[in-house]
Amino acid sequence: MSTTWIVLGATSTIARHFARLVAAKGDGLILAGRDMEELRRSAADGLARGAPLAEAMAFDARDPASFDPLLDRLRAIGGSISVAVFVGSMPSQEDIDADPSLVDGTVTDSFTGPARFLTAVAPILEERGMGTVVGVGSVAGDRGRLGNYVYGASKAGFHAYLSGLRNRLGRSGVHVVTVKPGTVDTAMTWGMDKLPFLAPPEKVAADILRAVERRTDVLYTPFIWWPVMTVIRAIPERIFKKMKI
Amino acid sequence: MRWKSSDYAGWGRVLRASGEVARPERAAAVAQATADTPSPAIGMRRSYGDACLNDGGRVIDMTRLDRVLDFDATTGEIHVEAGAMIGELLATFSPRGWLPPVMPGTGFATVGGGICMDVHGKNHHGAGSLGQHVTEITLMTGDGPRTITPKDDAPLFKATVGGLGQTGPILSARFRLLKAKGDVMVVTERRVQDWDEFLHLLDASDATYSVGWIDATARGLSLGRGILEEAETGGGLVRPAKRGRKVPMDAPGLTLSPPVVRAFNAAYWRRVPASGRTLVKPVDDFFFPLDKIHDWNRLYGKRGFHQFQCVVPLAEADRLRGILEKVANSGLASPLAVLKRTGPGRAGFLSFPMEGYTLAVDFPNRTGAERLIRDLIRMAAEAGGRIYFAKDSVASPEAVRGMYSEQGQWLDEVERIDPGAAFATDLVRRLKLRERT
Ligand SMILES: Cc1cc2nc3c(=O)[nH]c(=O)nc-3n(C[C@H](O)[C@H](O)[C@H](O)COP(=O)(O)OP(=O)(O)OC[C@H]3O[C@@H](n4cnc5c(N)ncnc54)[C@H](O)[C@@H]3O)c2cc1C
Ligand SMILES: NC(=O)c1ccc[n+]([C@@H]2O[C@H](COP(=O)([O-])OP(=O)(O)OC[C@H]3O[C@@H](n4cnc5c(N)ncnc54)[C@H](OP(=O)(O)O)[C@@H]3O)[C@@H](O)[C@H]2O)c1
Repeated sequence: MSTTWIVLGATSTIARHFARLVAAKGDGLILAGRDMEELRRSAADGLARGAPLAEAMAFDARDPASFDPLLDRLRAIGGSISVAVFVGSMPSQEDIDADPSLVDGTVTDSFTGPARFLTAVAPILEERGMGTVVGVGSVAGDRGRLGNYVYGASKAGFHAYLSGLRNRLGRSGVHVVTVKPGTVDTAMTWGMDKLPFLAPPEKVAADILRAVERRTDVLYTPFIWWPVMTVIRAIPERIFKKMKI
Repeated sequence: MRWKSSDYAGWGRVLRASGEVARPERAAAVAQATADTPSPAIGMRRSYGDACLNDGGRVIDMTRLDRVLDFDATTGEIHVEAGAMIGELLATFSPRGWLPPVMPGTGFATVGGGICMDVHGKNHHGAGSLGQHVTEITLMTGDGPRTITPKDDAPLFKATVGGLGQTGPILSARFRLLKAKGDVMVVTERRVQDWDEFLHLLDASDATYSVGWIDATARGLSLGRGILEEAETGGGLVRPAKRGRKVPMDAPGLTLSPPVVRAFNAAYWRRVPASGRTLVKPVDDFFFPLDKIHDWNRLYGKRGFHQFQCVVPLAEADRLRGILEKVANSGLASPLAVLKRTGPGRAGFLSFPMEGYTLAVDFPNRTGAERLIRDLIRMAAEAGGRIYFAKDSVASPEAVRGMYSEQGQWLDEVERIDPGAAFATDLVRRLKLRERT
């Protein structure tokens, strides 16, 4: 059954591929984010590939006032509504160490902004009694690491939030998918050296769509990250605290 | 803009480069990269030689900008970002009855790369080159995007189409898709006994799509034998086979040794019954037969391979026969060899096509291959023909001088747009294309 996807952070390359896949299936698209010119280009792509509706709308995770027009718009759309959150930012840990005020923005982009939006949307989804929420977290949220633990902490918070939201929305037939990508070949990782298991964004997007269709709860993508993170999570803290991975 | 240090190569993997690569994921990032350092743009690096290389310098990889910005389902007009792959457009639009107007032999080529080489396809004799279908190009300039059309900006347009990227990054282009009868191809294959019969059949063919596979190892009376494929679009029920295979590692040099190639070619030729046959194929199977094996260039091993491609005027067919004879006698050819009749269609000052016959042959990069190709290039020049810059990695500036008679006009425009030669690539430097003679 077709649905209308509200895609937050739609300029993300993973999001763009996801939007393309659901457009080809005949789903509608509201592409939300900060770069309107870019969102309009992606909306056009969605229309050309078969979306019955594709619109660009403003959304800034750090500006809750931008949430209201979006909420109004989706209230006006009939039928099934789904939300996919790709918003996130990952300043380098060194930059954060040098400027602690960056902590707030990182947490807002990757956790509290999207969580606030999802909390506002939840009653609408419950009322419709169908649809899906996709929340993109990260394997970085499975354990705080030396290299990016502020980003990791935000994602960990987001994971816990999604788990609770799944518990809540499942009761009214709305499914929540937590996505934990490993490293993905996008603007976020371009130029970083020697990333393990670097995955193409189109593969991650296809995995996400499959998880939506199968109503998976937690998706590791590519799948190799499930065993990898199972091992990493199992390392006792007393050893982990001395490791650099 | 983040720049990544990379080692990269053209499709033939003989010529390589190292340098920094930017990969914009949004339109505005192309402007940023260009503001950082004006650099040549590249696509999927399906050019065999060094057209897509800038050793020691920077390049802008355009492949992430691949969106359809507009599609008119009544006229078939499409506006698309330059990084979109032609095969992707085929996959998206053929189920709705539309085909890209011109498709090179690989679907991995991008629209930008296709324009900059003014590529030709199996329908060149009728449909002309890709650039002839392009109605608008948006270039990234130092002052932001600039849209040009063949009518209002004729010289710049002609310098851009087939222009090897020397007028700057192309952001997007508009052209019309062609209406197809359906999303399959009805293909007739005929065994061809020799060179004379091949030319005769090519001349007489009135098929929309036609291409000849030639056995470049056959000599004597069999010289020029091969298979002619003629095709039309059609309606039918064949669904494309899914998922390509990947070549996992570099193959040892042995696989393409002369006796193996000779045996393979003979079997391949006999595969088609003497009386010919008609098949129905998925569109991508017909247009991009090699794409199903990803990274097939690795079959040639670490040393890589060359392709020689030339076109000669109709009247010089005998000299082209001489070229094929030299190839056949060398025993150096791989199974990949193509003969096609081309029409006069070309849209840029440096466009490859001319009315005549084009021959393309792959050679593993073995001892003797480069020398042979240099001889072939000289023979093509003597025939009043030219070689294709998308394929070349061995020519010298002297060898190509005079092959492209409108090079001066191209240079006038290119120097105006890019006086500092910021967009120069390894190919342009190797062949001294931006120097006046
Ligand atoms: C198996 C195979 C079959 C082929 N068959 C054919 C054929 O039948 N007919 C034919 O004509 N060609 C054929 N080719 C050649 C191929 O079509 C061309 O080399 C084409 O240019 C490749 O596109 P690309 O995106 O890989 O471009 P690249 O090889 O990356 O770049 C080619 C040129 O275009 C420039 N460029 C690329 N994108 C941009 C941009 N956005 N803005 C500005 N400049 C840009 C580059 O600077 C470079 O000069 C074939 C190649 C292969 C590997
Ligand atoms: N790449 C990886 O290796 C990787 C690994 C694991 C998880 N992830 C996660 O995958 C998601 C997509 O990332 P990506 O790799 O595609 O990188 P990306 O292109 O940098 O995507 C990040 C997205 O977040 C948006 N965003 C950031 N701050 C925002 C704000 N305040 N308000 C609204 N939007 C904001 C960006 O929008 P703008 O265009 O407006 O900047 C962009 O769309 C992110 O959540 C990321 O954390 C990525």
